[in-house]
Amino acid sequence: MSDTVPPRHPARGYSVRSLPGFSIVALFTVATLYAPILILVAYSFNSGTSLAVWEGFSLRWYVQAAQNGEVIDAAIRSLYLALTAAGIATVAATMAALATTRTRRFPGKTMIYALINQPLMVPEIVTAVALLIVFAWIKVATGYTSMIYLIAAHTAFCIPFAYLPIRARLETMDNTLETAARDLYAPPMKVFLRVTLPQIWPGIIAGMMLAFVISMDDVVITEFVKSAGQDTIPTYMLGQLRRVVTPEVNAISTVILAAGAILVSLFFWISRERR
Amino acid sequence: MAQAPDTPLAPGALEHELEQADSRSRWLLSLPAIVIITLFATAPLLVMVLYSFLTPGDYGNVIWKFSTEGWTNVLMQRDIFDDTLIWADAHLSIFWRSVKLSLITTLLTLIFGLPTAWFVATRPKGQRELWLFLVTVPFWTNLLVRTIAIQELIRAEGVINNVLIFLHIIDEPIQMMFTDFAIGFGMTYVYLPLMVLPVYAAVEKLDFRLVEAAHDLYASRWTAFRRIILPMIKPGIIAGSILVFIPCLGAYVTPRVLGGGKNLMFGNLIELQFGAGRNWPLGAALSFTLMAIVMVALVYYVRLTSREEKTDV
Amino acid sequence: MKRLFAAASVLAMAAAAASAEELNLYNWGNYTNPELLEKFEKETGIKVIVTDFDSNDTALAKVKAGGHGYDLVVPSAGYVPIWIKEGLLAESRPDQMENFKNMDPMWVNVDWDPGRHYTVPWQWGTTGVAVNTKYYDGDIDTSAIFLDPPEELKGKINVVPEMGDVMGLAIMYYGGQPCTSDKEILKKVHAGLMEAKKSWLSMDYGNIEKFAKEDLWAGVNWNGSTFRMRLENPAVHYGYPKEGYVVWMDSVALLKDAKNPEAGKKFMNFIMEPENAALISKFARYANGIKGSEEFMPEDMKTAREIVIPEELKSAGRFLPTCPPEVQKLYTRIWTDLQK
Repeated sequence: MSDTVPPRHPARGYSVRSLPGFSIVALFTVATLYAPILILVAYSFNSGTSLAVWEGFSLRWYVQAAQNGEVIDAAIRSLYLALTAAGIATVAATMAALATTRTRRFPGKTMIYALINQPLMVPEIVTAVALLIVFAWIKVATGYTSMIYLIAAHTAFCIPFAYLPIRARLETMDNTLETAARDLYAPPMKVFLRVTLPQIWPGIIAGMMLAFVISMDDVVITEFVKSAGQDTIPTYMLGQLRRVVTPEVNAISTVILAAGAILVSLFFWISRERR
Repeated sequence: MAQAPDTPLAPGALEHELEQADSRSRWLLSLPAIVIITLFATAPLLVMVLYSFLTPGDYGNVIWKFSTEGWTNVLMQRDIFDDTLIWADAHLSIFWRSVKLSLITTLLTLIFGLPTAWFVATRPKGQRELWLFLVTVPFWTNLLVRTIAIQELIRAEGVINNVLIFLHIIDEPIQMMFTDFAIGFGMTYVYLPLMVLPVYAAVEKLDFRLVEAAHDLYASRWTAFRRIILPMIKPGIIAGSILVFIPCLGAYVTPRVLGGGKNLMFGNLIELQFGAGRNWPLGAALSFTLMAIVMVALVYYVRLTSREEKTDV
Repeated sequence: MKRLFAAASVLAMAAAAASAEELNLYNWGNYTNPELLEKFEKETGIKVIVTDFDSNDTALAKVKAGGHGYDLVVPSAGYVPIWIKEGLLAESRPDQMENFKNMDPMWVNVDWDPGRHYTVPWQWGTTGVAVNTKYYDGDIDTSAIFLDPPEELKGKINVVPEMGDVMGLAIMYYGGQPCTSDKEILKKVHAGLMEAKKSWLSMDYGNIEKFAKEDLWAGVNWNGSTFRMRLENPAVHYGYPKEGYVVWMDSVALLKDAKNPEAGKKFMNFIMEPENAALISKFARYANGIKGSEEFMPEDMKTAREIVIPEELKSAGRFLPTCPPEVQKLYTRIWTDLQK
């Protein structure tokens, strides 16, 4: 990370940080990302049952969603599952990334790398059916059917998604700061917390967000692993696919988006205060 | 490794011991990830390997009778009507379609994702996370709802067409729904964060002093980008490409909704065998075939890129 | 973080509530009227928890694997014999239940559960064709709409990606019976589908909007779904192919390893009450098979052509039986070939 003053080179007439056209493409991309989201939010206020025919403004779907215990439970379950799985996966992935980068070849390094990326290689449906069989044995043997199975399955496939950005960040990271700290006899934990962690923090954030998003969207594995009463928003939607998709889910999505936006604002407000 | 205390150390033995201790601690550090993945992703797969060598049950599942038919059926099948052994051309053409789509999507996410990641990473510190959230928040909504919203955007009387007509750029609505454009747009949308986040993580730590140095040595922008920036953010681009390409191969919701679903993707083909097709061994064999091809491609890709690095540095 | 705690506490509350009597229903998504469950809870004190599935095969695979925690399941007719054969269902004897007297006699002696020893009807419907009559005013009671489409409709046709339904319709159109293994007929079906596909625009679900907005003009569709289309666009009509259309019924059955079989039976009896059956229909817009439920149905459903099959076309309806594995394999091959 370079903490130097943004390098401007008036003499050469351009900043090294800007590449021609990049900002325009970036802003265009971000704007495009939000275009469907605006439509989604708009139709959550539709008074008709349709996702495409506008019939006027109403809060009907919010009321209906609020009264539909199934949807609300599914939404809370989705968030809980994604937060837990992404959290555990990120911690495990960070440790693994620290272990497998900035080192010469050590016995088993490639194996660890291959193993961690394994969940990526397998089509979801195969993992899903395999987990169904294995978890069913455990469920029958123990009679225990809590969310733990879903958390375990989600954590496993979230790890590579968290691992790769963190690893990408670590791979070419400068070791000099850490070496310097160690030379000054800083204890290893302190070196990690004060020197390494701040340097890889953006990678960790990126990895965790990816894991969160991936878990929130997973449908096939969840569908096969879930026990009675464990629908998430994606499996609830899957069930709707063949019948009618109503703006109810738009309303729920809008609430989740709003909650996310509030959470993010709070996060930044607090971190600014601290600074 | 018990050395008698008074035996003089052989030259290099200490290093050797240190090395061993180092790799032990590295294994230990990877342990949580390894255990979770082994238990909940790899071990269940072994069950599927076994299943691929069994006989399909009458109504799904398997019968415990050895058979290699699942595997031979991946490439060869009896003709439906005259029972001769023929190439399973349906499987091959479906596979090729999925690979093509994944390659295009990876390229498109890179074209749009790299500038986005660059833009976010070059914001002043403290604003970066905000931009990062801005990029990921759209993905907190459900994939299907999002895809339906995209459809609304591109339909004949949809937003894009209406805006273009309003601006007098076109007179007649353009047919975008159920075209390759729709699939490409949708897939790029859905998989964009998988490219942006790893690339961001790599760009963010870019040491701009090196770029400055290049400028000082009168490198053109393009040269600096190619020779300095690109090699340094390459790990991020590789990570992003892997994250986009592989899940893309199994994707089917987006191509179905936006492309009209007239043609199967490889993911659908596999799912069909575990569902209405009731041929689990074939489904398992198809999956492992896909995995093997991906793995070979990946090893080749990583080899290729690491060799380049050696000659570059 | 706070949200995590909030979520955790909600889950903890849900766990606490579990001490009250519970019934786990495993049903198709968006198929269960919340009002029905509320009424049941009010009358019996049993809380019904619904979990969704999206296909018969998934539901079967999951329950067969075990450890699922469900009490009741709602499979389609063709699948009920498999469930019984695999020993997954309990013989709950709905025919001895108090409200069995309300069952429409036409649904008592059905092939898949003669005399109703295992299942109680949930809803039934048909798979036929939907056509926007603004663009085509010819005969719509035929599968030619999608298999041999009139010039006007070409390029605006959707076929739902349901292998069983589409193969069934095509086989009957070319003169065969569902589950036929007659190679001559299947050859015709294969060639016919391949040729017809060129005039299709898409093979997708969830087309109510696209029909309403006239992005699609015709296609294979379910009756209840077409009914909703007509409510949004009066030009869309439902046709019953006279060559043969598919009739289906989803029925509630009690699982052998149900944790709460008594509550399950109570629920089965409960939905045979006409007023309650009408609640089911009111929500998903399909008929239910209980006599006397009509008077509690919404006005628009009582006479709708989508719900009430015209007399002269009644005999063309067929249930899809469970096809033998070899036949199923052939169909999968044709289906894959069609979409290669």
